[in-house]
Amino acid sequence: MAEQNEESPAAQETAAALDPAAQKNAQLLALLHRLFGADAFTDVEEPYGMLTVTTTRERIHDILAGLQQDQELQLNFLTTMCGMHWPEREGEELGMVYMLHSLVHNIRLRLKIFFPIADPVVPTMTDIYATANWMEREAYDYFGILFPGHPNLIRILNVEDMDYYPMRKEYALEDGTREDKTDLFFGR
Amino acid sequence: MAVNDTLEGTHKIIESAKEQDARINPMHPAVNDFNQELTTLNLGPTHPATHGIFQNILQMDGERIISGVPTIGYIHRAFEKIAERRPFYQITPLTDRMNYCSSPINNMGWHMTVEKLLGVTVPTRAQYMRVIVMELARITDHLICNSILGVDTGAFTGFLYVFQEREKVYEIYEEICGARLTTNMGRVGGMERDFTPVALQKLRDWLKTFPAVMREFEKMFNRNRIFMDRTQNVGGITAEKALNYGFTGPNLRAAGVDYDVRVMNPYSSYQDFDFEIPVGTNGDTYDRFLVRNEEIWQSLRIINQALENLPEGPFHADAPHYYLPPKQAVYQNMEALIYHFKIIMGEIEAPVGEVYHSVEGGNGELGFYLVSDGGRTPYRLHFRRPCFIYYQAYPEMVVGSTLSDAIVTLSSMNVIAGELDA
Repeated sequence: MAEQNEESPAAQETAAALDPAAQKNAQLLALLHRLFGADAFTDVEEPYGMLTVTTTRERIHDILAGLQQDQELQLNFLTTMCGMHWPEREGEELGMVYMLHSLVHNIRLRLKIFFPIADPVVPTMTDIYATANWMEREAYDYFGILFPGHPNLIRILNVEDMDYYPMRKEYALEDGTREDKTDLFFGR
Repeated sequence: MAVNDTLEGTHKIIESAKEQDARINPMHPAVNDFNQELTTLNLGPTHPATHGIFQNILQMDGERIISGVPTIGYIHRAFEKIAERRPFYQITPLTDRMNYCSSPINNMGWHMTVEKLLGVTVPTRAQYMRVIVMELARITDHLICNSILGVDTGAFTGFLYVFQEREKVYEIYEEICGARLTTNMGRVGGMERDFTPVALQKLRDWLKTFPAVMREFEKMFNRNRIFMDRTQNVGGITAEKALNYGFTGPNLRAAGVDYDVRVMNPYSSYQDFDFEIPVGTNGDTYDRFLVRNEEIWQSLRIINQALENLPEGPFHADAPHYYLPPKQAVYQNMEALIYHFKIIMGEIEAPVGEVYHSVEGGNGELGFYLVSDGGRTPYRLHFRRPCFIYYQAYPEMVVGSTLSDAIVTLSSMNVIAGELDA
């Protein structure tokens, strides 16, 4: 792989044109741009072969709904979704990751949105996918992300009366007050 | 006593009961409708028929289920959080404890995810060995599910009969890795050791004896009138709904969608093997049972092919940065000692990036979404657990059916508490 990266951009392009996975990704990206406009997506990447784009929480619901209805690539299977926390990213500390899969054409797409932790509100996908119900409850349970319009947004795995969101990075696994176990080498 | 008097008496009793109900709970459904008296039934958390710790609060009208509210999380162990503090090789034992009926599939899925991140290519022999182990795990997983379904319909014999076979598979695991249930099998980069001659012999013996047992098991159930009456048209789901609910694995295939990760995105050399994907038609309990049975036969086919064509060669990748050196070399060789230390301390160099890898687990697409920031542990690790995703369809599948049908449906969905709650 390292050798390939050192080649000229033109050679890279021909290599991409021959690779079926890259071809599919290019086709999918073209479709996304056509349906929703090129300005809807930033940070277009292909880590380990899966097309990954970042969009905004204002657009995400329309994009998932539009892709579900689309007949060309039929990305209508929500594989999974999960929350994320990047405390050092000012103004976009929390994130949601959606993974779609076209079972007909075998193309996967990863969509990401980021938003401030002070305003953790994301539109619900339960009206598009029934499977989003528990996944969003899990994201709420872990990260405190709110989904207005969700039919039953309560904690799912942790106890009801828990008053914090345990997957956020400020909750280290090790007890921070212990001095006999300063963890310089192990763990974050 | 005249009939009318009796009726009047009954009405009086009901009226007074209603008054009482109204005092206790004005919202009680029986208060508002004379003829409708609903019972709240707690199915679980500890109920022998749920085969795990999860609760369903059912509203019953007589024997019919009006609504169901599942509560999960009774064995939630925060694996995604724990994984954020563990080096990659220490996460394998966590994956054991997700779907504990087929731990090796979880182990291999995790190893392959890390290998994808690190860019390690595993030699063909190790890939075939993994396929053999994964298919054994699939067989045991399906055997448990189907035989438990038999128990729930009142046929205990089949369960005891195939449990013996599961025991023999666990003996094969034991020869391969030393453990039985939570296997922690394989390593990042391959297998931890080659198959011993004893393991191969046990495997060959089992492959000879098991088909007869399986045939007898099928003979006992497949055309059994009582079993068919109990399972046909029970807990069915349409393909559209199943896809909308994110079903994968045998439950989706029973509804008629031929999605199998082994075929669509072959991993670990699955493209080398000749096997078929059984599909059902109406996604009911009987279809799920038949699909699982047929998958057992297909898994046997794969194991036989893999064993026949098992290539010679190394059983692990030549990746000293990630794969532990032999213990003897650690004592005699400086490089081996350094690598050993670095791997055990979790100081391997991982690239920054995010990777999603999925395998066909016992219950469906088992996915690992790993985000690495270059540190010694994952920055974020998300497990796509098939159980968690499809169990939310359970209330919809059982509403309107009887309680005994709900038990059978739950059993045939193969909900494993460890995977459900992670």
